[in-house]
Amino acid sequence: METETDQIYHLDVGNLLGFNPNHRFPSAPSSREELVKECLEESRKLVQAIANALFNFTSTETNDGPIVQLPPPTTKLPREKHVPRPKPPTKWEEFALKKGIQKRKKDKVVWDEQTDQFKRRHGYDRVNDDNDVPIIEAKATDEPGEDPFAKRLDEKKKRVGKQQKNRLQNLKAAEKAGALPSHVQLAATSLPISGTKSQPKKIGKDELGDVAGLAATSTASGGKFDKKLPGEKAPKKQGKHHKYLPVVAGRGAVNPEKEQTNNVLSKIFSKHSHEILNVGKAINMYNVKKEKKKSGRSDKSGRSDKSGRSDKLKPKKDITKKPANKAK
Amino acid sequence: MMEIRTPKTGKAKRVLEKRAPKLVETGRKTLILHGTKTSATVSSVLMELYRLKKGGAIKYSRRNENIRPFESGGETSLEFFSQKTDCSIFVYGSHTKKRPDNLVLGRMYDHQVYDLIEVGIENFKSLLSFSYDKKFAPHEGTKPFICFTGEGFENVPELKHLKEVLTDLFRGEVVDNLNLTGLDRAYVCSAISPTKVFLTHCALKLKRSGTIVPRMELVEVGPSMDLVIRRNRLPNESLMKEAMRTSKDKPKKKEKNVDQDAVRGKIGKIYMPDQKLDEMHLHDKSKGRKRERKESKLLNEETDSKKNKKSSE
Repeated sequence: METETDQIYHLDVGNLLGFNPNHRFPSAPSSREELVKECLEESRKLVQAIANALFNFTSTETNDGPIVQLPPPTTKLPREKHVPRPKPPTKWEEFALKKGIQKRKKDKVVWDEQTDQFKRRHGYDRVNDDNDVPIIEAKATDEPGEDPFAKRLDEKKKRVGKQQKNRLQNLKAAEKAGALPSHVQLAATSLPISGTKSQPKKIGKDELGDVAGLAATSTASGGKFDKKLPGEKAPKKQGKHHKYLPVVAGRGAVNPEKEQTNNVLSKIFSKHSHEILNVGKAINMYNVKKEKKKSGRSDKSGRSDKSGRSDKLKPKKDITKKPANKAK
Repeated sequence: MMEIRTPKTGKAKRVLEKRAPKLVETGRKTLILHGTKTSATVSSVLMELYRLKKGGAIKYSRRNENIRPFESGGETSLEFFSQKTDCSIFVYGSHTKKRPDNLVLGRMYDHQVYDLIEVGIENFKSLLSFSYDKKFAPHEGTKPFICFTGEGFENVPELKHLKEVLTDLFRGEVVDNLNLTGLDRAYVCSAISPTKVFLTHCALKLKRSGTIVPRMELVEVGPSMDLVIRRNRLPNESLMKEAMRTSKDKPKKKEKNVDQDAVRGKIGKIYMPDQKLDEMHLHDKSKGRKRERKESKLLNEETDSKKNKKSSE
């Protein structure tokens, strides 16, 4: 005869869970099918036991079928997230508690004295709109040059700024307590450079590519053998950039390569010489002046007076004197 | 510099609120992942598990090489995925020579790995290989019965752990009201040996019986497999305590030092702090500050004034 203890199942109706701790499976395995059959039979008994409990609950009839109120589950399972922490009271809430200020429910619609009708408290066409005031009477304390409308705007901005700051402080306190509201995130933004108002500009994709290219070309092999990061595109012009000047000059133009090498040489020499006079330039200037003079006299006699006069009035330039500007 | 970021759309706000920690929790969402290498068995197990848990499971199809649940550094990816998808239980399948047809079931607490259990799959039979009358096929998303049989689930600690994890896995949503017509599936877990559990999924047939309670019959429909316990990692004590804590468990803080007396009313004790006699300040001994001196000075002034008066008279 089976005793009661053999049949006691641990049932958790809230989870539709049944546990039979007393069944012993034969250690010598019978065939697979037999084993499966045995398992199913035992489970069937468990399910029947749970169903007995379930169907005996009072059920309410609905369109979809009888609905039953499940008891809360009894198996203790770990939580998936922490218990929500209580939010610390905000600065205002603390103050209100101390002073005994009660919260009062405000109506959405308020009686407006001026227009003798009900107007909404917030939004379009609201009561006591700050922007709608046509005339602000001057007080004795007002300075003559001040714009009261601008002043009002300023004050509003200050109020809003203060409110934002207070809100941030409250949220920071909440975050410290681990109770930040679920939809709010506090993110650190980069600090602006002291003295400047603007925030550092975000570098775009193209700019980054250019910079990468620059870095590559600064290597000895011109970035040809640099390992590429995943997603990096090949540079537009690989290898070293050689700019070869034309050897043969165009008509009338100075030979650029010769000019380049001459410049280099003169720089080297000038570094070692102590003269800061650019002799070539000085001579050129003198020659040009001379030619101008000549052309002035020969071509237009009428105008020569002017030029001549101007010439005479101008202080004569002494070429032996060193010019102020440095040699190039 | 801090910036407050709030969601700009109502939908985003609702999603964030859904993911916030709640006082009373509904069931866990499952994350199903592949490891570096998976065999056909493991892939089909994962696929079928996903189908069974359709409403509350997310299946990733790519291979994850850097997830090694049992190693200390190999959990970061898992934690990231858990945070991204808001899943707190995961099933990770892999196949290696040392551990063929491996399945790691793990749970998360606050998106950190809470506990792990590793099982091997043997004798797997897919859902497609079962033939039954399609009328009784269980619908998607119905709440299942879960049945555990065998003394192993109570005596062997690994099996006990597995029982808990399987309950969490198969439980589905925790609901208050249940529709009795929607009972059509049951998971059968039997501890056939101290290291093996036979798991199968059955459909329910409710047959007419004489009483209100119908006669239940099980028909094997779903995947069936043998789970061989390999490794497990239990949560550490402090984490377990914290995770098992429910709001009802928190005892009301007793006000210390306060007693209610019928005669005297509310009484409390005041404890005096230690009097450090060697560090105490004695009175100021400087000449000008002596109280007797001051008093005598005042007295003298009075007598003087009196004398003057007398003399003036």
